[in-house]
Amino acid sequence: MIKWSTLLLSLLLSTTVLAETPQQRGLAIATAADTADNGWGDSSATMVMTLRNRQGDTTQRKIRNRQLEVKGDGDKSLTIFDSPNDVKGTAFLSHTHATRADDQWLYLPALKRVKRIASNNKSGPFMGSEFAYEDITSQELAKYTYSWLKDEIYDGRESHVIERIPTYKHSGYTKQIVWIDTTMLQPLKIDFYDRKGALLKTLTSHEYQQYKEKFWRPGRMEMVNHNNGKSTTLSWTDYKFGNGFSKRDFDKNSLKRIR
Amino acid sequence: MNQQTWVTRYASWVVNHPWWVMMLAILVVMAVASGAKHLTFSNSYRVFFSADNPQLLAFDALEKSYTKNDNVIFILTPKDGDVVTDSTLKVIQQLTTDAWQMPYSTRVDSITNFQHTEAFEDDLIVQDLVMEGEVLDQAARDKIRRVALQEPQLLYKLISAKSDVTGVNVTLQLPGIDPVTEVPEVVNFTRELAQQYRDQYPDIEIRLSGLVFMDNAFAEASQNDMKFLMPISFGLMLIMLALMLKGFSSIVATVLVVFGSIVAGMGGGGHLGYPITPPSSVAPPIILTVAIANSVHILVSFLSQMRLGMEKRLAMVESLRINMSPVFLASITTALGFLSLNFSDVPPFNHLGNMAAIGVVMSFFLSMTLLPALMSVLPVRVKVDKNGQSGSVVMARLGDFVVRQRRWLIWTMTAIILILIANIPRNELNDVFVHYFDESIQFRADSDYLDQHLGGLYSIDYSLRASDIGGVSEPAFLNELESFAQWYRSQPEVKHVNTLTDIMKRLNKNMHGDDPAFYLQPDSRNLAAQYLLLYEMSLPYGLDLNNQLNVDKSATRFTVNTHILSSNELLELEQRAAQWLSDNSQAIATDGGSGTSVMFAHIGQRNIQSMLIGTTLALIMISIILIFALRSFKIGMISLIPNLVPAAMGFGLWGILVGEVGLSLSIVAGMTLGIVVDDTVHFLSKYLRARREKGLNPEDAVRYAFTNVGYALVTTSVVLVSGFLVLAFSNFYLNAGMGMLTALVILFALIADFLLLPPLLMKLEEKRR
Repeated sequence: MIKWSTLLLSLLLSTTVLAETPQQRGLAIATAADTADNGWGDSSATMVMTLRNRQGDTTQRKIRNRQLEVKGDGDKSLTIFDSPNDVKGTAFLSHTHATRADDQWLYLPALKRVKRIASNNKSGPFMGSEFAYEDITSQELAKYTYSWLKDEIYDGRESHVIERIPTYKHSGYTKQIVWIDTTMLQPLKIDFYDRKGALLKTLTSHEYQQYKEKFWRPGRMEMVNHNNGKSTTLSWTDYKFGNGFSKRDFDKNSLKRIR
Repeated sequence: MNQQTWVTRYASWVVNHPWWVMMLAILVVMAVASGAKHLTFSNSYRVFFSADNPQLLAFDALEKSYTKNDNVIFILTPKDGDVVTDSTLKVIQQLTTDAWQMPYSTRVDSITNFQHTEAFEDDLIVQDLVMEGEVLDQAARDKIRRVALQEPQLLYKLISAKSDVTGVNVTLQLPGIDPVTEVPEVVNFTRELAQQYRDQYPDIEIRLSGLVFMDNAFAEASQNDMKFLMPISFGLMLIMLALMLKGFSSIVATVLVVFGSIVAGMGGGGHLGYPITPPSSVAPPIILTVAIANSVHILVSFLSQMRLGMEKRLAMVESLRINMSPVFLASITTALGFLSLNFSDVPPFNHLGNMAAIGVVMSFFLSMTLLPALMSVLPVRVKVDKNGQSGSVVMARLGDFVVRQRRWLIWTMTAIILILIANIPRNELNDVFVHYFDESIQFRADSDYLDQHLGGLYSIDYSLRASDIGGVSEPAFLNELESFAQWYRSQPEVKHVNTLTDIMKRLNKNMHGDDPAFYLQPDSRNLAAQYLLLYEMSLPYGLDLNNQLNVDKSATRFTVNTHILSSNELLELEQRAAQWLSDNSQAIATDGGSGTSVMFAHIGQRNIQSMLIGTTLALIMISIILIFALRSFKIGMISLIPNLVPAAMGFGLWGILVGEVGLSLSIVAGMTLGIVVDDTVHFLSKYLRARREKGLNPEDAVRYAFTNVGYALVTTSVVLVSGFLVLAFSNFYLNAGMGMLTALVILFALIADFLLLPPLLMKLEEKRR
């Protein structure tokens, strides 16, 4: 199984060598990365979010996250807030889509109701952090157009450097530059450029671990906003795959049952 | 006397080695002036605040917890008088998009991208108030107008009540690494964009304001002053010199001395790393004005010696012998007066003081080197008249008059002085910082327009703290916040209040099916916190709540926009608010109002306090110098009167005529002290020379002083008064007011030296006899 995917991968990579245009090569690398991460089925993890402002004040949020892989569309994700206390039990369900607005529902325990959020926006800050919602949702291939820039050593690792341009009209970015590790095929660093083409934020991913001998997941993500000097750290623990989640666990009606 | 032989020897050496002396002088000037290459025009209102200014520190802390306040606002006025038309809304929409391209922009707010929320069954719809590509029929437009005018976040902030004026506000995060290029970069982009829109949509008027434009106006005001005031001063100087010196060589020599002093003053500022700000941009005309006097004193003596038939070089030696010590004294005291500005809490005044002091010292140096050297090589033609009086007839008559009328003069002068002093308290410390700029600066006109139609440039910013992390969602906090907002909204000075509670009320209504009965604060902390979570999740890039909430949601920013207010009115309003909070709130904690307007409102008071110390210290030092220089404690103390009285008279007359003292006027007393002392020194040194060397009685000594120095004092005073009056043409009020008051004080100084000092001297000596 592993051998098979490696074979496919090297096949893809070898075609990229033959391919002449940077666009083709960029797409090939992105496709390879997408393929390499295919088939994880479902996952769950716990996340601690640490927010820091320019003054150096910090605050923490605790979140559980469940995901379901969807072939041919964006993945489904469920986010449950454990702290701060006043939002404990709030659950956020999202069916992501690459090039159109996501379907989003929020369960508010204080109101005991599920509300659908009808909005084009994915670019706002997630829980007041420096991460936009679009930064942490599933990275579908169709979300961007790609262009290979160069290969270089980043942080001691062989990396492909590709530029990707969001296809979604309401994205907060004009482009991203991604350093993809050539062996893990996972991003090590992403530079985000804002609407005027200026560098806005940088995301670096650290402490990658491989699960089920295939899927690489970061243990820590650092987002720095160059504009306002704020930063956010996401620390991931308890990655679990094969939880046996089904579509029913990710529909609107499931929200109220969440614990 | 020893000193005089020393001076004579020095002077002879100078006139016999003119070329060496000139070269040396030019080298010295060039070394100091070379600093000019470091000079830049500062374009930040922040230069007006010292690094440890408490209001600046408070504001910095607030901006670090939330977001920066720097902004540019496009003010759009459609000529058909309605903003909510299909065509204008499209323009606003496009401008909103284009404004994102502004360098350092982090947020763009307009009525079109306002995140309107409404409920539809169990859906919360969050979208731009005017959707892109939407066809706007009458019903859609009516809805947009209704929402915009009912929305407290928009009304008076981005749309006028008659919906005839709208704003597109761009928030910027200037990195502050190189403000000299950053501000012009934004300003140029904005002006080009605005011009593009004016060309494309001639039916919409566009005006520009905001803090970045204010920053820029400071730079423009400095540049204007440099550009317009200098030529006027220069022209005036040439006219004066032509009248006083009547010789081409003398004029050339003086112009060179003055020029050298100016470039040295500016270059010295450059070496010290000073930026050019509106206050320091008038250093050149000020240096020019005070530097002329030194040369004129020396040249007038020199020419009158030649007129008596003395050979040119000997005449110069004699002139230096007579003038070196009074010119030195005058320069050192003038420099001390300027140095007193170092006590000011406003850095640009420190810069002005030091640049002017360097210029004055240089003018002394050049008057002792370059000037005599030049005159000894340049041709000087003078009609010899050995029988001619060296003094002026008019002055002799004035001297006679003063001697005869001395008793009457003492009482009259005292009465006038007391009346004027009694009016000093009529001066109220007050400043309107937007009005520092006169109407000829576009920023001023546009900001006045903004003030009339939307919430203006003036704001009071609060960081209001709740009791714990996440505490902004506590109902007790929100209810007090709402009452505070309502209190502020009921104040006549207030145009707009931005408060978190408006968002909370709206969300609470939305979440209850848009039922207006729920347009209230949510009744539980969890509910409010969950609303915030929901709302934050649904906002687009750049329109988040980071500008209103700190990271742990323990505090919220609360912004009050007011009309253009004077510093007193603003402080008084803030005081009332503080009182209201202390009377009515338990859940809200705050360090008080902050922001640019508040900073400028406090700075006048702080500056007066610090300048009071500086002026007193300068007065003490100058008096000690005078006591030593005049070698008489008594005469030194007497000189205090004509030195102090002019400033008191000036402020008294100002109290009658104007009645408001702004930021810059508090530096006038210290600065003029050093200048008015000169008149006193010149008069007293002539008087004492007559008493000591010529053995004249006090009456004749007064006559001698009038005859010998009276004319020179009148001419230098005319030069000084007109030189400072030139500053009245500045389009920066701080400079204009300072120039007028300084001119007034110098005029009073001449009057005091002529009409008050001599009678006092004679009275003093009478007693001794």
